[in-house]
Amino acid sequence: MRTCIKGGRLLDPGKINEKKDIIIKDHLIEAIVDPEDIETRKDIEIIDARGMIVVPGLIDIHVHLREPGHEYKETIESGLFAAARGGFTAVCSMPNTNPVNDNRQVTKFIINRSKELGFSKVYPAGAITQGSLGNALAEIYDMKQAGIVAVTDDGKPLENPNMMRRALEYCKGLNIPIFVHAEELSLVDGGSMNEGPFATFWGIKGIPNAAESVMVVRDIALSELTGAWVHFCHVSTKESVEAIRQAKKRGVNVTCETAPHYFTLTDADVKDYDTNFKMNPPLRSEEDRQAVIQGLSDGTIDVIASDHAPHSVVEKDVEFDMAAFGIIGLETSLSLSLKLVHDRFLTMEELIIKMAKNPAKIIGINNDIKPGNIADLTIIDPDVFYEIDPESFKSRSKNSPFSGIKVKGRAFLTMVNGKVVYLNDK
Amino acid sequence: MRFIKKDILDIKSLELHEIEMILDTAQGMKEISERPVKKVPTLRGKTIVLFFQEPSTRTKLSFDTAAKRLSADSLSISKSSSSIVKGETLIDTARNLEAMKPDVIVLRHPSSGAAHLIAKRVKASVINAGDGIHAHPSQALLDMMSVREKKGEIKGLKISIIGDIAHSRVARSDITGFSKMGANVFICAPGTMIPMGIENLGCTISPNMETCIEGADVIMMLRIQKERQGNILFPTEREYTMLFGLNKARLNLAKKDVIVMHPGPLNRGVEISSEVADSECSLILDQVTNGVALRMALFYLVAGGGRNADLY
Repeated sequence: MRTCIKGGRLLDPGKINEKKDIIIKDHLIEAIVDPEDIETRKDIEIIDARGMIVVPGLIDIHVHLREPGHEYKETIESGLFAAARGGFTAVCSMPNTNPVNDNRQVTKFIINRSKELGFSKVYPAGAITQGSLGNALAEIYDMKQAGIVAVTDDGKPLENPNMMRRALEYCKGLNIPIFVHAEELSLVDGGSMNEGPFATFWGIKGIPNAAESVMVVRDIALSELTGAWVHFCHVSTKESVEAIRQAKKRGVNVTCETAPHYFTLTDADVKDYDTNFKMNPPLRSEEDRQAVIQGLSDGTIDVIASDHAPHSVVEKDVEFDMAAFGIIGLETSLSLSLKLVHDRFLTMEELIIKMAKNPAKIIGINNDIKPGNIADLTIIDPDVFYEIDPESFKSRSKNSPFSGIKVKGRAFLTMVNGKVVYLNDK
Repeated sequence: MRFIKKDILDIKSLELHEIEMILDTAQGMKEISERPVKKVPTLRGKTIVLFFQEPSTRTKLSFDTAAKRLSADSLSISKSSSSIVKGETLIDTARNLEAMKPDVIVLRHPSSGAAHLIAKRVKASVINAGDGIHAHPSQALLDMMSVREKKGEIKGLKISIIGDIAHSRVARSDITGFSKMGANVFICAPGTMIPMGIENLGCTISPNMETCIEGADVIMMLRIQKERQGNILFPTEREYTMLFGLNKARLNLAKKDVIVMHPGPLNRGVEISSEVADSECSLILDQVTNGVALRMALFYLVAGGGRNADLY
């Protein structure tokens, strides 16, 4: 049985950008052909992609799937279904589950569960340190053998600089990136939104930009010391963007990501103690938002990742300072990011680099659209207008600040291993 | 004029005419406390719950007295006696209170926005008696009442607020309120106690204590919250007093008829010298007296004939 994606614009940045049809046989891309070359045959199932853009499978490298341990917020099943609906053929799952993914058993559990399900894929990140407690290295090599693609203690920083240095040296030898959650806790000092006029207005303790950037600067220095690769998660401040820009100019081995909320919202949007606007790092100022967009435009920021962080009403329907940090993003990420293209901050090609190609590079997989490769593909409908409605989400949690926002463009179809795992046929 | 607000959550959500209506009503209520029988039947049959999740003597007693003088039934629960200690959420506690059909819930809570949170969920009127570092509207209103009573008008006055602005809900509400009423508000504190963007609430940051109180009509001293901070915000009380303590010599820089206020409780000899606190210009005890009248006014306006009815 063959499938043909017909009539779409095929976009694999740097390789293809033209109207082509793709023929998929079983789980592989069999051929890329000119539209007129295909005769409709009985044994070919046609996917009509006219008006659509066909791209390498999008990958979200920063996702909290919550299982094992917090299944009431999200399960591997609901999270991967949300990923598929958002256009992601794969996600990188953060290790702050319970138990923490700091050993091969948890890694294997996550991977096996996702294989059973058979839709979007999981490439887990393991913990840097045992229990993510920052005291002793986890068995990173063993986890790598089991399938992890990165290590991180995400959710909290690795506070001890010497521990970080040793982790970097160790991981360099294993050729595995460290995803850094850059946060200096003593500067956070119990804050729960961006420090500035709006925090003062609402009487909420602020988190200064420097709580992030001092850690970014520290880990740039440690990357220079060790030569090891540092990937900064969820960059939110202009100082961080500038520090990474300068580091890259010096040839330091750093990459970074930001999340759609950091280029879409600011601390001015935090209103009436709505905890769906509370995440870590917090929504920053308009100046920071502009700097993040600039960083995306000039290539300083390599990746857009959602930092999908599901929480239930138990954690969210409470006093603002008591509420959990984090928002979900898998099902809004692509639409919000497409706005960067509509607003001409990025070309479509650049967007696909940040949502598919660079993520693949970072986790060490090849998602080029070429014969012989696995058929992990996303088809984007760039022109459809719709209103975001968290009630329609496949995620088990609804903690999104984007409810009611009108956006343009979304995933039309998500294909994993040659199989359609999501189709928006509305 | 009608008072249509269900809740009193902060000063910024009150319109100027609403503030004036509250102050006028409070002024009228004041006389009740002077009577031999200090009680009127206005809120007979109304239930007022005082829900205090933080320690408080003055504010709680003031609300309680105000309720009783209007013949409302007041009952109070504190954090230690509520199911909060059993892990019940604030919203669940509020919903349970609501099921007992109170007319007003007075909430003090350590989290900013706590009163906003429950106001959205209950039919009862919610009066914020202090939420985190956000707002303390009844305190600011009684401060405005006291100043207006003494000075006749708030507009054009120079009001100097000195102390821990960053951690003070009283300061935020006072700055907002007095600037809304047309006063010129100046603040002064160590750099560690001035929050980013405070000017946007309607005040000017003075470089030092002397500039701040020079020519002032009103000086408001804030309590240094010894229990809240170690010595990361200032080195010692001794040095704090040297820089920001209000003493007789500094008081001379202000207008001759300056009034001195303090939301209490006082740290004598730290932010304010005993000599100043006990002097003629001190309005500290008048603030407490007016507090009762002001809170009677709030209860009357949200639960009495006030809301949705003609006042005069």
